[in-house]
Amino acid sequence: MSTIASPAHGAVASVHGLATHLAAATGSGCTIDGVTGKITGLCTAKGSISLPVNYAALVPMLVLFGAALVVLLLSATMPKRPYTSPWPAVPGLWASITALAGIGTVVDGLVQWHDVGGSGVVPLALGDQLFYDHMTAFFVIMFGAATVLGALISDGYLVREGLDGPEPYVLMLACSAGAVLMAQAAGLISLFLGLEIMSISLYAMSAYHRKRAASGEAGLKYFVLGSFASAIFIYGAALIYGATGSTQYLNIISFLISNAVVHNGVLLAGMGLVIAGLAFKVAAVPFHFWAPDVYQGAPTPFVGYMAAVAKAGGFAGLLRVLMLALPTQASDWRPIIWGLATASVLFGSVLALAQSDLKRLLAYSSVSQAGYVLIGLQPGTTGGVTAVCFYLFTYTFMVIGTFAIVGVVQGRGEARNDLSSVRGLAARSPWLAASMLVLLLGQAGIPLTSGFLGKWVVIAAAINKGQYALGLIGMLGAAIAAFIYLRVALLMFMAPEPTTAVVDVEAPAMAYAGGDLQSIATAGLSGRDTVLVLRAPPASRLRVPTPTAAVVVICVAFTIFAGVSTPLLSLSHAITLPWYM
Amino acid sequence: MVNAAYAIVALPLLGFLVNLVWGRRLGEPVAGWVGTFAAGGSFVATVIVWVTELGKPAMDRANDLTIFTWFPVGGLHANFGLLIDPLSMTMALFVTGVSTLIHLYSIGYMHRDPGFDRFFVYLNLFLFSMIVLVLGDNFLFSFLGWEGVGFCSYGLVGFWFQREVAAVAAKKAFVTNRVGDMGFLLAMFLMFAHFGSLNYSQVLGTLVHGHATGLLGGAPGAIAGTTATAITLLLFVGAVGKSAQIPLYIWLPDAMEGPTPISALIHAATMVTAGVYLMARAAPLLHYAHATSWVIAIVGTASAFVAATIACAQDDIKKALAYSTISQLGYMFLAVGAGDYADGLFHMLTHAFFKALLFLGAGAVIHAMANNQDMKWMGSLRKYLPITSTTFAVGWLAISGIPPFAGFWSKDAVLSAAWQMNKGLWAVGVLTAGLTAYYMSRQFALVFMGRARWQEARPAQVLAAADQVAGPDSATERAATGHPSTGHAGGHEAVGPGLPAPSHGEAHPADPVWTMYVPLIVLAVAAVLGGGINFPAWHLDFLSSFLKPLFPHATVLAVSTGTKWFLSLLTTAVALTGLLLGLSIWRTAEHPALQPAFLQRAWRFDDLVAAFVSGPARAGASVMAFVMDRRVVDGVVNGTASFLGLSARVVRKVQNGYLRSYALGIGTGLVIILAYLTFRIGG
Repeated sequence: MSTIASPAHGAVASVHGLATHLAAATGSGCTIDGVTGKITGLCTAKGSISLPVNYAALVPMLVLFGAALVVLLLSATMPKRPYTSPWPAVPGLWASITALAGIGTVVDGLVQWHDVGGSGVVPLALGDQLFYDHMTAFFVIMFGAATVLGALISDGYLVREGLDGPEPYVLMLACSAGAVLMAQAAGLISLFLGLEIMSISLYAMSAYHRKRAASGEAGLKYFVLGSFASAIFIYGAALIYGATGSTQYLNIISFLISNAVVHNGVLLAGMGLVIAGLAFKVAAVPFHFWAPDVYQGAPTPFVGYMAAVAKAGGFAGLLRVLMLALPTQASDWRPIIWGLATASVLFGSVLALAQSDLKRLLAYSSVSQAGYVLIGLQPGTTGGVTAVCFYLFTYTFMVIGTFAIVGVVQGRGEARNDLSSVRGLAARSPWLAASMLVLLLGQAGIPLTSGFLGKWVVIAAAINKGQYALGLIGMLGAAIAAFIYLRVALLMFMAPEPTTAVVDVEAPAMAYAGGDLQSIATAGLSGRDTVLVLRAPPASRLRVPTPTAAVVVICVAFTIFAGVSTPLLSLSHAITLPWYM
Repeated sequence: MVNAAYAIVALPLLGFLVNLVWGRRLGEPVAGWVGTFAAGGSFVATVIVWVTELGKPAMDRANDLTIFTWFPVGGLHANFGLLIDPLSMTMALFVTGVSTLIHLYSIGYMHRDPGFDRFFVYLNLFLFSMIVLVLGDNFLFSFLGWEGVGFCSYGLVGFWFQREVAAVAAKKAFVTNRVGDMGFLLAMFLMFAHFGSLNYSQVLGTLVHGHATGLLGGAPGAIAGTTATAITLLLFVGAVGKSAQIPLYIWLPDAMEGPTPISALIHAATMVTAGVYLMARAAPLLHYAHATSWVIAIVGTASAFVAATIACAQDDIKKALAYSTISQLGYMFLAVGAGDYADGLFHMLTHAFFKALLFLGAGAVIHAMANNQDMKWMGSLRKYLPITSTTFAVGWLAISGIPPFAGFWSKDAVLSAAWQMNKGLWAVGVLTAGLTAYYMSRQFALVFMGRARWQEARPAQVLAAADQVAGPDSATERAATGHPSTGHAGGHEAVGPGLPAPSHGEAHPADPVWTMYVPLIVLAVAAVLGGGINFPAWHLDFLSSFLKPLFPHATVLAVSTGTKWFLSLLTTAVALTGLLLGLSIWRTAEHPALQPAFLQRAWRFDDLVAAFVSGPARAGASVMAFVMDRRVVDGVVNGTASFLGLSARVVRKVQNGYLRSYALGIGTGLVIILAYLTFRIGG
């Protein structure tokens, strides 16, 4: 498995193995105290440290980090001016580089998918720090796609808001790389590293809209609460290490299988803390409090990207930790996941009902969607893993497409985020309304969309494990959620009301003047679920940037494609975590 | 071959999409031609597939082409696929063929209608759904088509939805069909419970490498008689609704409010035969369900007879044809019930030819008569409409069962099967054949012979109504004034395609444009020669031998040649009697004694339904609506809603924007998890 044991291996039991490894240590200054196991100085094993590096596994991260560096270096060396593209169909320079890196990641994910094969062993790369298996490849494809879509919708938005620059794309690329690392991590340390790389990028992206106070507020809140959650996570990791002597999933499970843990308090506490830390990332109730405020305040395209990537990254971590490292404790963690799942599905759906802000509504909807993924995770079966991966992949497209449309209809300066901004959208832009309809129906789980299949597979996974109550709650939540989405859909097809107080949101002077408009638009921000007065929608014509339109088309097409045919579902079936069951 | 099979389905869908998106821009007549070519292409594709199939050995003619698997989860495999076998090919051939002709006809008929493009959108969608219904390789996919044609029927009956009668008729058709659909759904549940699948190949068996599998191959003990009876009876409930048999036939006459090409296509030739198709498809199951076969035969015979008597007393040219359709569908069910599936389908084919012909002819007449549908005000039209009257005469003789027209051969085959099953059913069938000849002759005499009553003075109100330019407004007016010569509530005159009514004496009625009469001629030829597809002698029974592999359990006719001749001669004699009676009596238009109100009002069945609906049913509905629904159901729904609203408001208090509250919330969640885990320690 590994040719060199990490010096961090503190358990006395492993010292002897280590000592034999290092028996022929010739380097000067390297001494091993046979009694305490303490190692001092630089040690080389049998002449040299041999660290097996499987570069194929590293390519996605190399591509993403590399692209981030390229953007940074280019922006530092090239003259300072906006690099918007002269052709409407082509996004600006930075967005193009990001999208290309994303495409490269997707392609490499596909290559990996073929490369990893179906052998029963869990292949490791880079020492034993990374996994290189079907699940990794699947998530790499997913994050790559999210990067492409996120970059394309960000371009039009940032140009419109006058914020275009290399920074958000650097952050986005780093964020994707962090998410990839989370999916690849073979131990809690790597997972934490990925989690932090991803989170810190997201904090900065949330706060990126410097002209909106709400954006800064969102970033700050996300940062403070996120740090809190990270602290919880790393404390949990430390406790698990204390209980099992390792932070590597495979070492943890082999320890738990071969040793009966009599006093399991430390292990259980560590598990609970790790679950809580990751549940924060996926915005599961009751760790969801940040989501509405952040979704509402952060720049809209970033929210779509974040909803997809942060959730998927968090779930990748949860899948690995619970199914690979702690399957022996399944009877302990399954009830916790049960509670998180039901609370998320029900509270998410119910709270979304009460929202009048579109982005806030979608935030609660994403909470409820996280609940469905948890329903798939709860049974702890291979079918559940399939369901989780499939659900996340389809959700990526639905949520990014939805936020792409929200970003267009909200108008300049994010002036209109209230529900009535979509009112009469069908009359103003039938294609946009039809696309939004498909994406909303997809999230509601209407048949012939990918959302339906997703809900079907997660609930089927629960039912197959005998979790009838959970399945029932899932269906109940879907019924409530359908109401939320259909309410938005209905608004789109209602006639736009003739407005008495005409507010021209296209006028830049108004949008940033901090006048009446601003105060209404940001009323919910200072932080509560205020009921906004529904106003008539802007009457002006919608301008949809071509890349954004392309993203919407891709997302809609994928939502229908994955809903009526099953290649993606078949792909998800190949994802197994062989150490469990 | 494979590509052609997909094209059968894809072309109408393409036509539908093109007309849906660009129809308004294409306008008239391009939208119509797009639709017609889509249908025609589909027909050509069907012919190609059919010819390819003919090249194979008889027992190998079954292909299952899976388009995609919808969700292969658990035990449920919902495949969307096409089943190419003799039965589906027979259906697809005549559906696409007749449909192409009616598309063409509609270009002329719907001329200058404001909804021209919308009409072809529906028409293509209908064709697509109908093809899905007949080519689907499982009950679920077919059911989608089944619902699709139902929806299109709804949209097309109510095509002139500005008229209340049309809208009400559409609703009636839709609601009545729901009753039948419930039967279909329950049958599917039962089938899935018993077979674990809805695929035809797994439920009914199929042909594989020259061998019949499953029930089709007569797998012993495959299914208990009671299960088969239950499934087939429920399927038959669905068939009764779709094919307008007793007691669910009431929607079909009202459906004549739709444009006449619709009546020809959907309510005569294709959609209403879906029930017969379904029962023929379920033939391997019927083999184990004798009780169902009897129910089918009896319901079919009763519908044939009752509808024929009603048709004798109708004055509306389309309503008479509608009741005639119900009657002829009854014959088809009689054949299916008697176990002679091939001849049931044979009659379906010939009926599609001559009934489509009659309806299209009626449409041409209605066109010429400025949207008047009352036969009492027609007459002598053969002098003015030579093509229409000649082709109509062919249809008349064909449906009357006069040799050598198509209807004779198929009706004769059906009656032979009935003779073998039960002499009583046969007797009613023969009597119905006589009635058929009678009412069709009556119709022919009233419309094309006698005096030209439309030139004479008419009651002022009728004239006033008829002379108005057709349009939604005048229609409601006419519906309100009613019509003196019929007992029905008004609304007989279709608001036609928006032609201005010619003033009397100035313009004579004339034959329609070529797009309308070419289909008439083609169908007339088919109605003459149609008997040739299943000629009962010299091994010329192409249809029966083509279908034979799929109906291995079909009743073998054991009627001697002598008896056969006797039966044929007797039936022909009865038909001729009816024909001559009809012609001689209805030289003049007024014979109130022969049109008793009881028959005019369709055995008062609608009145009965209305009395029930307005009496006990309404009372029951009131209880449901005002007590059950308002107090209980609404109470629960509203209660849930207000509970949700309340809890949402409470929880929102926590979501107050302060970081400390959020951190507290997260901390609380963590504490709950850890508290729970303390109970698990040591466990």
